[in-house]
Amino acid sequence: MTRKDRIAEPWGTRTPYGPGEEWPVRVDTHLDEGLAPEGVDRWVQTASILHSNGDALDIAVKDGRIAGVRGRAGDRVNHGRLGPKDLYGWQANNSADRLTKPLVREGGKLVETDWDTAMSRIVKRTNELLAEQGSSAIGFYTTGQLFAEEYYTLGVVAHGGLGTNHVDGNTRLCTATAAAALKESFGCDGQPGSYTDVDHADVIALYGHNMAETQTVLWARVLDRLAGANPPKIVCVDPRSTPVARAATVHLAPRPGTNVALMNGLLHEIIANGWVDSDYIEAHTVGYDELTMRVQEYPPDVVARICDVPEEKIRDAARIIGQAERLLSTVLQGFYQSNQATAASVQVNNINIIRGMLGKPGCGILQMNGQPTAQNTRECGGDGDLPGFRNWSNDEHVKDLARVWNVDPMEIPHYSPPTHVMQMMRYVEDGSIRMLWVSGTNPAVSLPELARVRSILEQDRLFLVVQDIFLSETAQLADVVLPAATWGEKTGTFTNVDRTVHLSEKAVDPPGEAKPDLDIFIDYARRLDLKDKDGGPLVKWHDPESAFEAWKECTRGRPCDYTGLSYGKLRGGSGIQWPCNEENPEGTERIYVDGKFWSRPEYCESYGRDLVTGAPLEPAEYKALNPEGKAVIKAAGYLPPHEVPSRDYPLQLTTGRTLYHFHTRTKTARAPELQAAAPEVWVEMSAADAEAYGIAEGDLAEITTPRGSVRAQVRISGIRDGVLFLPFHYGYWDNDGGHAPDGAGRAANELTITDWDAASKQPIFKTAAARLKKIASGDRPSSAPTTTGSAPVAPIGYETAGSHNAGVDEDVRTTSGGGTR
Amino acid sequence: MKIDLALEELHRSENDLAHELLQVSERHKVDHEIYHLGRDLARWSQRHVREIADVGKNYGLDLDPEPEDEAGLAERLREKGAELIGRRGNPALLLLRDLREIYMKASGVSVDWELLAQAAQGIKHTDLLDVTKRCHPDTLRQMRWANAKLKESATQILVT
Repeated sequence: MTRKDRIAEPWGTRTPYGPGEEWPVRVDTHLDEGLAPEGVDRWVQTASILHSNGDALDIAVKDGRIAGVRGRAGDRVNHGRLGPKDLYGWQANNSADRLTKPLVREGGKLVETDWDTAMSRIVKRTNELLAEQGSSAIGFYTTGQLFAEEYYTLGVVAHGGLGTNHVDGNTRLCTATAAAALKESFGCDGQPGSYTDVDHADVIALYGHNMAETQTVLWARVLDRLAGANPPKIVCVDPRSTPVARAATVHLAPRPGTNVALMNGLLHEIIANGWVDSDYIEAHTVGYDELTMRVQEYPPDVVARICDVPEEKIRDAARIIGQAERLLSTVLQGFYQSNQATAASVQVNNINIIRGMLGKPGCGILQMNGQPTAQNTRECGGDGDLPGFRNWSNDEHVKDLARVWNVDPMEIPHYSPPTHVMQMMRYVEDGSIRMLWVSGTNPAVSLPELARVRSILEQDRLFLVVQDIFLSETAQLADVVLPAATWGEKTGTFTNVDRTVHLSEKAVDPPGEAKPDLDIFIDYARRLDLKDKDGGPLVKWHDPESAFEAWKECTRGRPCDYTGLSYGKLRGGSGIQWPCNEENPEGTERIYVDGKFWSRPEYCESYGRDLVTGAPLEPAEYKALNPEGKAVIKAAGYLPPHEVPSRDYPLQLTTGRTLYHFHTRTKTARAPELQAAAPEVWVEMSAADAEAYGIAEGDLAEITTPRGSVRAQVRISGIRDGVLFLPFHYGYWDNDGGHAPDGAGRAANELTITDWDAASKQPIFKTAAARLKKIASGDRPSSAPTTTGSAPVAPIGYETAGSHNAGVDEDVRTTSGGGTR
Repeated sequence: MKIDLALEELHRSENDLAHELLQVSERHKVDHEIYHLGRDLARWSQRHVREIADVGKNYGLDLDPEPEDEAGLAERLREKGAELIGRRGNPALLLLRDLREIYMKASGVSVDWELLAQAAQGIKHTDLLDVTKRCHPDTLRQMRWANAKLKESATQILVT
């Protein structure tokens, strides 16, 4: 047993292992100061809710309160490890400023009330709007942090009950492109990879994916491979010098917005050198010829100029990827939130496809998720898609869903794609959406161009419902605020990026009158008296387990088949990967084995879209393109971003995360160790740019785009020249208690552009033109973390470290707890 | 042979389509996808104009390779106007009308490319045929875009 400060050492103790070996178990435990494991009253099973990795853990309960966490040794995902946000973040549950009573707006102010009053107002407004305008007046915007049962219920209520097409989740901001890229290449969402691919891969290529900060435990797995025998080579594409870049064999730092050009350059080299699996391409794919033609326009010298990356590095990276025997590719926000998001991510799929590197150990793709339950938002209908990966433009799928819900198919809107959140905001702006119900997310800080977003949400004519655990910036604008229970206070299931389903059990009661989101949605359905076509209640379940059973039925025969799972089966052991059904009772580690895909026209989730215009393909077009259900190779040319640097705005701005915070910090800022590790917004610039601007570490600078400005202390980091980085976590709730800046802004989204990828509808946060000016000299260095992508290029006199009670017990075990793979 | 007439007509109709896309883009600046895509797709037609002018030389034509441009000032004024009227109901109906117009104009251009491709095959002019093969698919995508945006927007606009 060792004790580690996991603020200073986020990835903990190394447990090296070699290719094909089992990743050793290391159980991480962190408890309230003074509490020992033997003093814990109960341990309650759950998984991480503050990032997307899906690490299994047990909550320690002491005297009816959450008092710590311990990783689950026997779980396939984390083998006992936890990340800093899990180890310290649970303290937020116990915050004194949790919402404990419903609030309603009276005379312009939010005042406490009872549930009946709050829900009656919502139901009254719903019925008024249905009578006046119909369901087109009502929109729902949910999250990537509720449970599967809750999204499914919300989807049934919105799609099957009210019949509105306006349903989306904040997964639109983080993983919409993951889903879109998978739909384009494989006709269906669902990861063609498994975390165990890390155990086997000889090359791991990370595209715009700072895994070290976004999925710390998965990165620990990679670090353990790197520390073991025959380590994999790492290829990193990122404009910043992240921990991944520092560990990489080759690091490519392209100019923001040029990912498609870079990918085409890599594909050009792979194809030109014959590093392709021709038999696989012939047997299992369509579209290869177009790709070969397209990438001819992108030889390394051309790409080097577009991306401002040395030609030799492009060739090196292509050689490593092209000669890999077991290639794992992962993708995240550097691609998803950038110019040509879907087109670029699809090119990553194309590399694995043309190399025949799918469905075998070490050969996979992880189009990563950004949030813990994002996969469920997508599966269950929380992002507006039909549940169970049903295809809204396939009438048979709609009919089948109508059968499951026992409603008429006409009740389910399927005349066009679901309305994505940016379009919903436009409909709120033009007054055609008049009620918006936001659950578990904070658009007043997380959407682009905040001045616009605030002006939309502040409108008197909008009836805004916010369901949350704290009075967020968005909640401050609401007409009704519903206090929700969160992780540890309610039961449900959720699924991570590698399809592992975990049960998360209730450990303690929610504070005050706060209620599980599931109960709130069911209450809404009951009060609206939503019926199926035989007059029975539309929502036929009453608690998490009955909701899960209903959801299972909805997935029967679909790719994300849950029918082999149950709460009982998920209790006690490891999480289990879907599809889990009669044929695969223990789940499925790898999909797309032997080139078998879910892309047949009658089965697939999506017919795809034009990668440039976003126009959905018609059913007949898709049938002609891919009659036999193969993988679809889609080519794309490079197009410059809509906003490029100019004389007035000579720099490029990119936004992103830090390891120590999650989203708008509603939870992580309330965990003292995490807040102290990254207490205040900062802006990163390169040493060369800092010199050109006459700026030193810690100086106060103002960053301006055509949308607004933000002030932040400068961190001189290893970011590429010409690029600024701002973390997006910092809003206003803990500044002056308001929802908007009082003077200088500090939310990165004051600056971002209202523009999105036409195919995935994901907003573009990573290519805006900006200018910077020095406001004042600093008297101390920036407080940005020194352990992460924001590490300073030169010593600044301190290192990020935790306080005396940040110690975490790490128990490295030589034999596994069983049940692991 | 009337290929010169067909090329002249296409030169005119592509210029017209580019102009329409730009105008619609500017009118609906508050609908950000229309704004951005309208400009992106106008560029395709502008590229076609250059290709047509280039290949037109083989047929004794002197077509302007430069696409007709918008007056910068008028453009800014319309954008400002779009921001101001973006919160009333009627621009929505205008959007449907505008998308319909794009769809119709792109359909016309598409037919023009088909006619030209037929002629090029008849006289075995591969240069001309190659131009049609490069450009016509773009036109079809412009049509599908307008059609998809119409479908996507119609319900909300017409039932509200």
